[in-house]
Amino acid sequence: MAEGSIATAPSPGAPSVDEEVFFGFTRPQAAAFLALVVIVVASPFVIYPFFLMKLLCFALFACAFNLLIGYVGLLSFGHAAYFGMGAYVSGYAAKEWGVTPEVAILLGGATGALLGIPFGWLAIRRTGIYFAMITLALAQMVYFFCVQAPFTGGEDGIQAIPRRSLFGVFSLDSDFAMYWVVAGVFLGGFLLIHRVVHSPFGQVLKAIRDNEPRAISLGYRTDDYKLMAFVLSAGIAGLAGAVKALAMKIATLTDVLWTMSGEVVLMSLVGGLGTIFGPVAGAAFIVTMQTYLAEFGAWVLVIQGVIFIAAVLAFRRGLVGEVGHLLKVKL
Amino acid sequence: MSLDRRSIIKGAVGAATLPALGGLPYRSARAQAANTIRIGVLNDQSGLYRDISGPGSTHAVQMAVRESGITQRGINVEVVQADHQNRPDVGSTVARQWYDQNGIDVIVDVPTSSVALAVSTITREKNKLFINSGAATSDLTGSACSPNTIHWTYDTYMLAKGTGGAMVAAGGRTWFFITADYAFGHALERDTTAFVNAAGGRVLGGVRTPFPGTTDFSSFLQQAQRSRANVIGLANAGGDTINSIKQAAEFRITRGGTKLAGLLVFVTDVHSLGLEVAQGLVVTESFYWDLNDRTRAFTQRLGATPGNLRPSMVQAGCYSGVLHYLKAVADMGVAAAKASGAEAANRMKAMPTSDDAFGEGTVRPDGRKVHPAYLFEVKTPAESRGAWDYYKLVSTIPANEAFRPITEGGCSLVRS
Repeated sequence: MAEGSIATAPSPGAPSVDEEVFFGFTRPQAAAFLALVVIVVASPFVIYPFFLMKLLCFALFACAFNLLIGYVGLLSFGHAAYFGMGAYVSGYAAKEWGVTPEVAILLGGATGALLGIPFGWLAIRRTGIYFAMITLALAQMVYFFCVQAPFTGGEDGIQAIPRRSLFGVFSLDSDFAMYWVVAGVFLGGFLLIHRVVHSPFGQVLKAIRDNEPRAISLGYRTDDYKLMAFVLSAGIAGLAGAVKALAMKIATLTDVLWTMSGEVVLMSLVGGLGTIFGPVAGAAFIVTMQTYLAEFGAWVLVIQGVIFIAAVLAFRRGLVGEVGHLLKVKL
Repeated sequence: MSLDRRSIIKGAVGAATLPALGGLPYRSARAQAANTIRIGVLNDQSGLYRDISGPGSTHAVQMAVRESGITQRGINVEVVQADHQNRPDVGSTVARQWYDQNGIDVIVDVPTSSVALAVSTITREKNKLFINSGAATSDLTGSACSPNTIHWTYDTYMLAKGTGGAMVAAGGRTWFFITADYAFGHALERDTTAFVNAAGGRVLGGVRTPFPGTTDFSSFLQQAQRSRANVIGLANAGGDTINSIKQAAEFRITRGGTKLAGLLVFVTDVHSLGLEVAQGLVVTESFYWDLNDRTRAFTQRLGATPGNLRPSMVQAGCYSGVLHYLKAVADMGVAAAKASGAEAANRMKAMPTSDDAFGEGTVRPDGRKVHPAYLFEVKTPAESRGAWDYYKLVSTIPANEAFRPITEGGCSLVRS
């Protein structure tokens, strides 16, 4: 295992909380991950699976976004483009070409990644607000493409997307069956991101985030690293969108709209930037709030705004970051 | 005052618990009483269609429940409402949750065609019932028709036929279109053009306005004026229509003898625009509160809808549709009506409809409710004699001509 230059080998005595004990997880992280798996497995027996699927799709989307902002320090304001195009392509493939769900999901992920290559190549030339504006501008172009292109169905979106059968064998018609596919993709994506962040590649990303000129002076081609991280993030965002399209059976303009890019920023921020569990908690918080406060209509946006301000003013580490800080562990 | 963490926590906790205690929107269905019919009113509660549907639709549905006399038969009816924000993803999430979790038997209203199509699909999947009043798309009884969906109040065909066909007959022979540049606008323009041509009129030209985001229509209106057409057709909706009507009033286009034809304008839009701005506008509707004694009696009983407005045709359609549904429920029994939405729809199709809002009518096998449609012209301020006296009747399109012939819609429920 290429666990890293930083972690020391586990000592047989009492391991400290910073040591990596399993798959790049430190002991508290491993405990938190175990808790996450238990929650993911147990919750559909208690909570409405359709709602849980939505939550997990957004959690994966937020994790993808967090890979870029939390570990490379690049604030993308156009992640809805990859999420939405992933949803459209997988929905279209499932509905019009009749492909099986695993193919549709992979196509959605590939779409996100392919879109991420030129967009990332262009955007990583700048940092900070300029990077955010370039990604936003490119995402708006994607939005207008989706409004006009015939295959997206315009304002109707792609509706009644069939889930068909996994590998052509297991029927996914029931929400309960589909949930396990969503849960599988989510946990897979989560572990992938975690693995990337804790690999030597991830160490370089963090070095770029903390001090790019020094990383350059050490001989790293930082643009290549940033582009790879960007494409990876876009690909996972596309994957999340693809799963969402199949789970919700609908892909619409909402998924590519700039407000979706804003929502994912909010989720990551509320959960905790640069923490591996933060985006999951943030997504759970925001999606639950949107669902259960839906009766307040437009007021949900006001409430979200207040939460955003509160998070920025008083909880800058986010939900998970603050908990980790209290317990003095890295989550 | 300094904002420290503790004070923010206190404030946030206080603010968050109040609404939460007030009531979560999706209370899980308690003990599923077998003799309770649950009606969900799903529409726009906060956006541009709030006045034509919104809480007013719920108000109308509650009156239908009272007047149906169904509670005297020992049948309970619960009415709940939710906001779909005009987004198909939000609407389909609510519809699924209502059917799966809350034991809703019938969803009513649902303006915005994209949301209506999504709800129709889900309703069919769950074998419940969908009575649409608010959406325009004629696909609901055409290529996307469903045994579980009834389209009540109006559709794009009726609007195009009324405003396009009847307008030419009333003297508006040459047309120019201002069309929102997306699928809905294109469809409206195409359908209306067909009726204008069929009636012997001529379309001189048209202009496509970027969608979304156009707020300045002045150059498009001047182009329309230069074409010297008798009628300027507004193939757009919502804020686009309002803006184009307002700006047309600024150019005094309608005072010069040119007619402005709104293809999707409701009486509540005229109310918010005011007669000074909206005068001379020509619209098609299937209900107007001041149409005849029965509609006046209906409006009298309903009272002012929330926001102190008179009922729109969409709200009247919610009343009429739910009243007819509850008649069918009384006829077939609660258990049978709850068991199958398609069966309830069939029973509704088998019975003639009758109510004060739309008079006598029928529901066709493809799910289309048929009744007459009316072409109205908005009065000038001088002609108006009181509050909400907005329309004068130009012509009536009889029920058998107002809607697309059943064989032409391509609905799979119809054997040709």
